[in-house]
Amino acid sequence: MSTKPSQSETETETDTEPATTGHQQRRLDDKRARADDRDEAAAQAETEFDGETVELKVFRYDPEIAGKEEPRFDTFTVPFETGMTVLDALIFARDSYDSSLTFRHSCRQAVCGSDAFFVNGSQRLGCQTQIEDLEWPVRVEPLPHSDVVKDLVVEMDHFYDQMESVDPFFDPDDLPDGELEEQRQSRQNRENIKLSTRCIWCGACMSSCNIAAGDNKYLGPAAINKAYRFYMDDREGSEKRQERLEIIEQEHGVWRCQTQFSCTDVCPKDIPLTEHIQELKREAVKENLKFW
Amino acid sequence: MSESYDRGLVADFGRWTEFSAGMWAWVFHKFTGWVLVGYLFTHISVLSTSLQGAQVYNSTLSGLESLAIVRLLEVGLLAVAVFHILNGIRLLFVDLGVGLEAQDKSFYASLVLTGVIVVASVPTFLTGAF
Repeated sequence: MSTKPSQSETETETDTEPATTGHQQRRLDDKRARADDRDEAAAQAETEFDGETVELKVFRYDPEIAGKEEPRFDTFTVPFETGMTVLDALIFARDSYDSSLTFRHSCRQAVCGSDAFFVNGSQRLGCQTQIEDLEWPVRVEPLPHSDVVKDLVVEMDHFYDQMESVDPFFDPDDLPDGELEEQRQSRQNRENIKLSTRCIWCGACMSSCNIAAGDNKYLGPAAINKAYRFYMDDREGSEKRQERLEIIEQEHGVWRCQTQFSCTDVCPKDIPLTEHIQELKREAVKENLKFW
Repeated sequence: MSESYDRGLVADFGRWTEFSAGMWAWVFHKFTGWVLVGYLFTHISVLSTSLQGAQVYNSTLSGLESLAIVRLLEVGLLAVAVFHILNGIRLLFVDLGVGLEAQDKSFYASLVLTGVIVVASVPTFLTGAF
């Protein structure tokens, strides 16, 4: 709570009141009024809110500022409202206490996948997790098994690289003749891949996976799920299908999964990741048996 | 993945109280697997005393069986083997994609079943040991 204005500062201002012109007087008055407002707000925040408050223990770390390189936890007291999410509480803490508190967030409705945090020992989306459902005090940390850039912001490059490495795009064999012709998918097929299309690239699964933590080359649940989404799609071209299978059945592909179900447990969009990985394992076996 | 600073065990096994069922199943399966591999070596060394004749083999075995600690270890070995077998069956079903939604329940079931079998085996293993 470094932004709290210090009491001594404002006091010295009032003490040293020289004979001044009207203009300067007005400016000083304004300044004092603003300082008072700030003081009041801080005092109010410090002492008591009406109603319930929740304690938020937030991981802080900033390698670029001397004195903040050592990871530590800051505690923020936030007024609790029904329906409040972890993200709401973090935004409150940032706006009223410490504007240097850093975290990613964008849509606030579990679509953009920016605000995956480690909340009370589990990877969750900040905007999706109700404070009410958690044990208090709420402990918020950056995602484990990834480099922390600052506070709750982690390096996502590796995750994105893995996602790109399975070629997440269509490459159909033949395109329909007409320029405006649609490439249709059967309803049945749509149902099969429905859950896998929900992925929002938040990285919660990758962070929860023990194997991915120890093996940097492992594609990870999200990337394999992405491959599943295209591999199982009717419209996938047969050549691309083969190529994609070769990517996911390498040594550090599907076979690294040891069915801990950690990813499936934490996925904020409830994608059955383990099931998809297991299905691709079976596909890989089937394909290899065919060649033999 | 490398860490920009050392969060140490906090990121991994320091969190053991927060492990989920699937994670515990994995930890136990690894552990029991290694115990069984270790046991195989002692098993081979005990069996190979029969190369020096029936007499040596018999005396080795009865010597071992007379030790209370060996009897206790046998109960432990049974527990380890039974859990590994039951969880192995669970993993077979997981590999086949059957009952993935009930994977936590099947883990608890294999734990309970292991407990029951081990308790039932205690009289057989420990009679006359103490």
